[in-house]
Amino acid sequence: MRNVFGMLAAIGIQTLAMPAYALAGEVQTHAFDVRETVRLVRQDCGSCHGMTLQGGLGTPLTREALAGQSAATLAVIILHGRHGTAMPPWKSLMSEAQAQWIAERLLEGFPEEIQQ
Amino acid sequence: MSRRLLDRTWLALRLVLGCALLAACAQVPLRGTGDLGIVIERANGRVAIVDTTAKSVLGHIDGLGDLSHASVVYARDGRHAYVFGRDGGLTKVDILLQRIDKRVMQAGNSIGGAISQDGRLVVAQNYVPGGIKVFDAETLELLSEVPTESKVVGLADMPGQKFGYALFDKGEIWITDLTNPRVPVTQKYPAGLQPYDGLVTPDGRYYLAGLFGEDGIALFDSWHPEAGARKILENYGKGEEKLPVFKMPHLRGWAVAGRNAYLPAIGRHEVLLVDTASWRETGRIPVKGQPVFVMARPDGRQVWVNFAHPDNGWVQVIDTLKGEVVQTLQPGKAILHMEFTPRGEAVWLSARDDNAVSVYDTQSFTKLMTLPAQSPSGIFFTSRAARMGF
Ligand code: HEC
Repeated sequence: MRNVFGMLAAIGIQTLAMPAYALAGEVQTHAFDVRETVRLVRQDCGSCHGMTLQGGLGTPLTREALAGQSAATLAVIILHGRHGTAMPPWKSLMSEAQAQWIAERLLEGFPEEIQQ
Repeated sequence: MSRRLLDRTWLALRLVLGCALLAACAQVPLRGTGDLGIVIERANGRVAIVDTTAKSVLGHIDGLGDLSHASVVYARDGRHAYVFGRDGGLTKVDILLQRIDKRVMQAGNSIGGAISQDGRLVVAQNYVPGGIKVFDAETLELLSEVPTESKVVGLADMPGQKFGYALFDKGEIWITDLTNPRVPVTQKYPAGLQPYDGLVTPDGRYYLAGLFGEDGIALFDSWHPEAGARKILENYGKGEEKLPVFKMPHLRGWAVAGRNAYLPAIGRHEVLLVDTASWRETGRIPVKGQPVFVMARPDGRQVWVNFAHPDNGWVQVIDTLKGEVVQTLQPGKAILHMEFTPRGEAVWLSARDDNAVSVYDTQSFTKLMTLPAQSPSGIFFTSRAARMGF
């Protein structure tokens, strides 16, 4: 299993300073804390999706379960939730860039949290 | 050698011999379990055994698997406990000898369980595959199962070897009679949209299922099963747009104080008050965030509330006489659970992101102690052994 640091090395540490992701043609200039984001997904998304993301009250978010979906679609679900289901909209708590980053990592198989 | 010295030497020798025979004697002094408890350390699949009198960690039991969202029920001896892991592991532990007695993998994805009125059956509730499984509490032998084709939530023991639970995907309350544990008999009652958790009242009479998909709570009176489940607190949101719910509330920490029950509202930063005689709403108390656990101190004078992300660093205390929040605490970065000591002079709080459990005096609200724990979540004291619905 890959850890955050291995992954950071793979995608380039500059993600921490300034994510180079663009959504709707607009370059996000603000940074987010990758370590905290991994923690958020494992711990807080995990309260519904399971800390291993293999599902709980929410559906599994493993690479296999999400295969075939696009990161953009998943990012929209993360930001706006799914009406009529327990999936809440996270847009008040995260940026589009952060949601996009989470969506891309989910599709690859989400990294493990680093224990301090 | 004097006679007295001889006697003493003989006594000492007997003690040593006795201990050598009883292998555990050396590590475990003879003691009761009434002031012991378990703290789930979810990061590393182990539990801590704690002493609420000494406010200390006595030891750990390792090897319990995936303990995210784990829960514990106690055998009525207050010494053995059943730990239900997220990965479907069911482990019987001995908290005095601090070891695993038995462990089975019973399902793919589970969130909890309950123990029967007579203590002989342990029942697990499962998401995948949906349903409940019945085990012999002594041997963990599988005795029977009830498939549900739905995620099961809110499993609770009821009088007469019965168990109540709710079906998230089917919107029903099921009551299963396990008088013959190999031949379960189940009654099904329509409840409402997406029940997310359930509880049984302390007397074992009512089963309540909180609804996520609509405002309200489904109430089943086991003394009048013919009446089915009815809805209470209907439309408490009165058509207002719900706030996002970033974590499902838990109902098991049942809060009854005086004649009122205190329940978390869904999608509202409020605690709802219900009169347990009429089951009518009698009030609402605004709080800091989406409530997760709403728990009454054993004497009923206080109700403690923790919150969903992003307000999970706060804990608020409601004075039930005044009907308002009288204390707001910031005990740590992510407060996941709270447990009162048997008579409520102190409360233990798990602060996940601080890797600590904090003990607070409930009268003065001062912090009495901080204990280390790796990513702690649920805290379960042995006083649960004697309570219905726990
Ligand atoms: C309160 C419970 C809850 C929380 C917390 C939650 N989710 Fe969900 N999520 C759900 C449910 C339920 C679904 C399934 C919705 C449906 O039935 O379509 C879902 C669906 C999803 C999907 C779509 C999966 C698919 O197969 O299409 C994604 C992606 C997702 N969640 C990501 C997240 C992320 C990321 C977080 C944390 C930032 C999160 N969720 C937190 C309940 C939750």
